[in-house]
Amino acid sequence: MANTVDLVWLVVALPLAGFLANGWISFFRPQAKRAVSVIGVGVLVLAFVVAVAVVRAAAGVEPAWFFVVKLWTWMPAGNLVIDVAAQVDRLSSVMLLVVTGVGMLIHVFSVGYMREDPGYARYFAYLNLFVFFMLVLVVGASFPVMFVGWEGVGLCSYLLIGFWFTEKANADAGKKAFIMNRIGDFGFLVAMFMIFDATGSLSFREVFESAPVHFAVGGTTITLITLALFLGCAGKSAQIPLYTWLPDAMAGPTPVSALIHAATMVTAGVYLVARSNILFAMAPLSSAVVAGVGALTALFAATIALKQWDIKKVLAYSTVSQLGYMFLGVGVGAYTSGLFHVVTHAFFKALLFLGSGSVIYALHHAYHHTHAHEDAQDMRNMGGLAKYMPWTAGLMWVATLAIAGVPGFSGFFSKDEILARTFARGAEAPYFYVLWGMGVVAALLTAFYMTRLMLYTFHGPNRTGERERAHLHEAPWVMTGPLVVLGAGSLFAGVLNLPEVLPFSGRLEHWLEPVTEAGAVYLPEAHLAHGTEWALLGLATLIAAAGMAGAWRILKPGSLVPARVAPAEAGWRLLLSRKYYVDEIYGALIVRPLVWVSDRVLWKVVDALVIDGAAVNGSARTTQLVGWIGSRLQTGRVGAYVLLFVVGVLWLLRAVAGQGS
Amino acid sequence: MSAFLQAIGYPAWALHTLILLPVVGALVLMVQPVERHVKWTALGFALAELIVSLGLWYGFELGTASMQFEASHEWMHQWGVTYHVGVDGISLMMVLLTTFTMPLAVLGSFSYIKKKERGFYSLLLVLTSGMLGVFIALDLFVFYVFWEIMLIPMYFIIGIWGGERRLYAAIKFFIFTFVGSLLMLVAILTVYAVVGTGTGTYSFDYRHLVTNAWMVSRWGPWLFAAFFLAFAIKVPMFPFHTWLPDAHVEAPTAGSVILAGILLKMGTYGFLRFALPLFPAVAMSPVVSTVVVTLSVIGIVYGALVAMVQPDFKKLIAYSSVSHLGFVMLGIWALSLQSIEGAVLMMINHGISTGALFFLAGMLYERRHTREIAEFGGIARVVPGLAAVLTVVSLSSIGLPGTNGFVGEFLVLVGSFGTQPVATVIATTGVIFAAAYMLWAIQRILFGKLDNPANEKLPDLSLRELVVLAPLLAGIIWIGVYPGPILRRVEPAAAALVDLVRRPAQPQLLPLTPQPRVNE
Repeated sequence: MANTVDLVWLVVALPLAGFLANGWISFFRPQAKRAVSVIGVGVLVLAFVVAVAVVRAAAGVEPAWFFVVKLWTWMPAGNLVIDVAAQVDRLSSVMLLVVTGVGMLIHVFSVGYMREDPGYARYFAYLNLFVFFMLVLVVGASFPVMFVGWEGVGLCSYLLIGFWFTEKANADAGKKAFIMNRIGDFGFLVAMFMIFDATGSLSFREVFESAPVHFAVGGTTITLITLALFLGCAGKSAQIPLYTWLPDAMAGPTPVSALIHAATMVTAGVYLVARSNILFAMAPLSSAVVAGVGALTALFAATIALKQWDIKKVLAYSTVSQLGYMFLGVGVGAYTSGLFHVVTHAFFKALLFLGSGSVIYALHHAYHHTHAHEDAQDMRNMGGLAKYMPWTAGLMWVATLAIAGVPGFSGFFSKDEILARTFARGAEAPYFYVLWGMGVVAALLTAFYMTRLMLYTFHGPNRTGERERAHLHEAPWVMTGPLVVLGAGSLFAGVLNLPEVLPFSGRLEHWLEPVTEAGAVYLPEAHLAHGTEWALLGLATLIAAAGMAGAWRILKPGSLVPARVAPAEAGWRLLLSRKYYVDEIYGALIVRPLVWVSDRVLWKVVDALVIDGAAVNGSARTTQLVGWIGSRLQTGRVGAYVLLFVVGVLWLLRAVAGQGS
Repeated sequence: MSAFLQAIGYPAWALHTLILLPVVGALVLMVQPVERHVKWTALGFALAELIVSLGLWYGFELGTASMQFEASHEWMHQWGVTYHVGVDGISLMMVLLTTFTMPLAVLGSFSYIKKKERGFYSLLLVLTSGMLGVFIALDLFVFYVFWEIMLIPMYFIIGIWGGERRLYAAIKFFIFTFVGSLLMLVAILTVYAVVGTGTGTYSFDYRHLVTNAWMVSRWGPWLFAAFFLAFAIKVPMFPFHTWLPDAHVEAPTAGSVILAGILLKMGTYGFLRFALPLFPAVAMSPVVSTVVVTLSVIGIVYGALVAMVQPDFKKLIAYSSVSHLGFVMLGIWALSLQSIEGAVLMMINHGISTGALFFLAGMLYERRHTREIAEFGGIARVVPGLAAVLTVVSLSSIGLPGTNGFVGEFLVLVGSFGTQPVATVIATTGVIFAAAYMLWAIQRILFGKLDNPANEKLPDLSLRELVVLAPLLAGIIWIGVYPGPILRRVEPAAAALVDLVRRPAQPQLLPLTPQPRVNE
């Protein structure tokens, strides 16, 4: 069995090989698109197959299986020894399957979506590289190895956001994403330094096993460590205050948004908290911060999503908001629930993004045919598309019902579980009731803005344009096929972890128990009565229904006009559509002052005037001046020399005489 | 391999050959009849030097901090000067960095240097000897001689083959360095005299002076200050750094590469080899330690911020060096095993990454005759190869995991946190600013619209340029994923240094005990 588990390195290496091959092709045979597709998709299919084999083999070993596969020693430095090693346990196996599985589907979709792009080979090279780093992140057996993946996925995100780099806005968005992620990574790094200082190790196993020895529950060290780690999570998983890069990241190709900015990379923060659950459980304050930031982000981003016109921007803010839920979950100690939402979200949000990709693809082609320069992502240019692309519309409705939390769909169970666990903690501190309330309101808004998206996109009259309408049609099967699979996931993934009041409940919970029990020791026992649980399920249903019905009643898709002729927003609508001006505020308070100080003060004053001007050239000028004075003495007139000579001799004599007396 | 090296007597002649071979090369260049062949001859000598130096890597005995490949030769007996050389793990890596960089510097100059080739390549070879001498000298007098020797070729390289303001830059470089090194000479002579008086043995021998340097007692702080100034200018530490941007901008490509890749390391190497072991108590005293660590951290943040707003690409790289070397200094002064190993690794990494950046800046300059970032933009479309290499090198420079930059930075910081937590946390913000200045720069050069017509017909990397860059790229990835062989070679020397400085042989601030002078 163990031999098969050792093959985990192959899962990671396959996408890397794909990157190298496709990278080579992108330079020397950029037109060999068939080869690129075969390699790009092939390595993912193989990786998925091997991953399934690895997990099956590992799962055969009971109980609480846990494997560390060491490849080589990375950094041997005294008592710090970091191995390049993979950890296969129940937590990483879940992510292993999600990343390779969803990744595979999105690679297939990309074959259709990017078909006509001149950078096809480069695109698949980057996408393969992303999967490689994501797998490193997931299976890394120590903080530094995980960090390799952590920053590596950020790099690929940077490269893919700026994929169409000739547009300055895209390159800007990529840069912004990288730098905001780096702010988070600063936290991750500092956390690692503190962990090594405290425990003398950085491997997960040693740190977590020795945590109870090295840390006091609620102590300063553990609190600082977990807060620093969470800063890293906030950057990678787009939480307040570091969320602003994610909406801009939509500048990348849509499959990238689905894979990186919805299903996998952005959930890395949740994974990190779940992975380090014992550390967070030992730091109640940090956990409360995680939950609070999560709830706030969930609510805040949902309000912005209400007023976006760009279909991808709605989904982007929706992602930020859903990530908030996940952090609320892991923050209240419901590590399984948080991870459960990662899994269900991977299905329905990938589906939503890919579906929107199909829509954009259709509009783009329609506009391309008629040489119109309209925005293919603006929902005001859509409407009534259900008639032209029924598969996409139907599947996106499945995902919408899932994210809105309609009973039976996957999102219902995972979201409800997070809210229920938050509510349960309320008995301990009313703070959690507030968080629960925020989560409920955000759920209402989620149902509303998703219904709005569907209404404006697929229903009502079509606003694409008279001539363009004839060219609107469903995407090819290579794109719709993956949507069907994701649709099935969005429908049924809920069975992975049904609530306690239903039969077959809590499978994922039991599956992850060996990982989460480390932290569970430090968490208060929070249990809900069955009655309360039923009541919460009912309330969740009601909320979803209210949000969807509200959108259906209030919004009038018939009154919309195409983006080109749409009136400007005003008042609170403007505030929401401009995202509360947060980007502008960051620019005015941080970015511009920093650049100004660096340029006008540090460089042009400190460097040029003070150090170089006064100190360096100043001393040079002083030397010059002294030299000049000396040279003035060399007048060449003998009389003056004699005079000076006599004065000097007299002065010397006087000095000697003075000493003698 | 080791047996083979023994069989050819390698340990005995290795270091002598490394010093003499380039000098012979320079002489050959002088008399070479065909000017066209000069550069190829130079390349041949640089490669021969590299091959000879590889024996040091393979023959190096692991697990010991003692000097290896030691060799000595009587020089000025009456003054106690012996030509004594040898390498430990730290100097081994510096020697290899030098011999690895020089062939690339020669090859990278083939199309850049168009006048007085004979002189240029001769000076490069002489410079090689000078720099190697600094790294292997085990006699302070010999060290000083080499330290000054390498100043002269560099002065001419900047002053003759440099840009428009080359004279200003050359003189500034010379005077800055010279002021520092003169004070160091005084300090070396003082230590020599005091130890000579105290022990009765007048010698410049490294071990002799390190063992007995505690005798300088209350002069310690002043002598340390003299060493400090010489090395801090070379590093350069904030606020002694302003010669660097000027020198880099004006120097020809090879000059910049050598300056950044090797010359700056002589400063940090000086601290590791001389300043700390000679004056451990002074160096680690709270006041000095606070000052040095503060200046290092200022350098990290300040260098990064000023780099961010540079319109000139070479200046940007120069200021980024100030920031990177700040990490090295922090690592040295944090004085833990990890931080010292990280510092040495970072010295190598900076040589590779910044060297590569200067090569790329030079390649852009040769194509467009400008270093202004604003003159470029969107060129990734016309020069995809150059764009890919520049991106990888930039990522290594900002310490992306998987590249060499990360391993060095990480070890420095993780090792420094234990002794200097506050400074380490502030230093870590450097990773954010580094991403800002580097990504912003490559974005303005490579991405966006190709709106300058002058850039439309840029040729991509030539085979020769690729050959120059490929070894650097290989180094970036190799050290990034498998730094073990380097760390294992450095570790014993780093451990010995930590041990020596943490537990000085004698308390330094005792009053000088008079000893009878032995007359010979």
